[in-house]
Amino acid sequence: MRRENPTIHPPVEHPGSPLPEEAGHRSRGRFERVLRAGDFAVTSEIAPPDSSDADEVYLRAQLFDGVCDAINATDGSGANCHMSSVAVCALLTHVGYSPILQISCRDKNRIAIQGDILGAAALGVCNVLALSGDDVSAGDHPEAKPVFDLDSISLLTTIKTMRDEQRFLSGRKLDRAPKMFAGSSINPFVPPVHNRITQLEKKINAGAEFIQTQYCFDMPMLKEMMSQAVDKGLTERAFILAGVGTLASAKTARWLRANVPGVHIPDEIIARLEGAENQKAEGQKICVELMQQCKEIEGIHGVHVMAYRQEQFVAEMVKESGVLDGRLCWAPEQH
Amino acid sequence: MIQLRHFATRHARAYEIVYNASSPVILAGIRVMQKVFGNRLDGVFTWFEKHSKGLLFDCQMCGNCVLSSTGMTCPMNCPKTIRNGPCGGVRENGHCEVKPDMKCVWVEAWSGSQKMKHSSKIETVQFAPNYQHKGSSAWIRLANEQGIGVEVQHEA
Repeated sequence: MRRENPTIHPPVEHPGSPLPEEAGHRSRGRFERVLRAGDFAVTSEIAPPDSSDADEVYLRAQLFDGVCDAINATDGSGANCHMSSVAVCALLTHVGYSPILQISCRDKNRIAIQGDILGAAALGVCNVLALSGDDVSAGDHPEAKPVFDLDSISLLTTIKTMRDEQRFLSGRKLDRAPKMFAGSSINPFVPPVHNRITQLEKKINAGAEFIQTQYCFDMPMLKEMMSQAVDKGLTERAFILAGVGTLASAKTARWLRANVPGVHIPDEIIARLEGAENQKAEGQKICVELMQQCKEIEGIHGVHVMAYRQEQFVAEMVKESGVLDGRLCWAPEQH
Repeated sequence: MIQLRHFATRHARAYEIVYNASSPVILAGIRVMQKVFGNRLDGVFTWFEKHSKGLLFDCQMCGNCVLSSTGMTCPMNCPKTIRNGPCGGVRENGHCEVKPDMKCVWVEAWSGSQKMKHSSKIETVQFAPNYQHKGSSAWIRLANEQGIGVEVQHEA
């Protein structure tokens, strides 16, 4: 927490205290340090609980101890209502984790979003991920009013304005700027495919310094996009973390492909799952292999593991993949 | 109207030529008329803009027009009103994730922009619209901004 004026609050050192400032860094957080140090990073995400119980958050985060450099706290993912991302990030920061605040433009206008950014920064949150968000019709409150005042790129512009120009969009000065490491997402597989690299560049131009991608099951397509990104120098300007996931069965994969727009799963993956005796284990094996393959692709700086309802297998898969090269990520137990 | 909107995307290059030729004339015309009649004809201009652009582009009168930067496709028809699209939810057939029967506005915008001479305008980062301008005329605003030498962010 940022209690830097000892006359008001005596500084209390705890695991969530921001790290000392470092030249060239946007934030005082650990996640940015790992990436800037050149380590291959691993991130994962927790589905915030449908509960007001803080322990639920800690139990979910604990599953990633030692294998994740940052934990995304989703913001009403799939337009379903859960505990807020700001609250989850505050709880996690307090015990020392390095969470990534996801902000979806679906639910809040620019007034609320800027307030949340300041509040999160005051609570010690160092990372933020700008998302447009799923439409309300995808979730459990389809009757809600969609906001979409900003889009993800306007949100990145907003974060950059607040951080670098120390002002609100209105021009009103901030007494202290929110020093946050900003990122966004990209889906390398949606049409028009030729536009993907343009969209990535646009996000980087708007202020994204790390990118977490949608599920990557199609390695040739990902490689193609990454080689273009390398050629354009984009991988020098932003850290790219490839999204990987585990599929519980061929049936799940088919369902995801048919019902979740933007999820691209090649037929070979489904055929491989179908031919396996234990489909769940095969899904995890595929995930491990994908992580290893991603690490070999030039310009990829890490992986983002999405294992909804299979979070308990993340640690095992990351360890098995060896992508951390024996590096142990920060966790409360070890410190 | 949706057919006309698709037509505009398919013929984005022709629309671009017409746009480049007509836009200075329209804006100059508005400035001249404003000098003579003051603001009394603003309602007429707005009505004309709303109906002509509504017919041709399915214009939603956001008042912050960026048509020539978005392949002559109005981004306000995107259910998420994304100004820098597409989002990550485009279906494999190029349709919208929210309205499966509709082609993604940004897939159209991209294909329109590729036909245009100034195709790289779609790469410009657009900030979210100013909602105070919703329903008002982008033409009048642009005519006035150009008239007083203000750096122009939006286009007619």
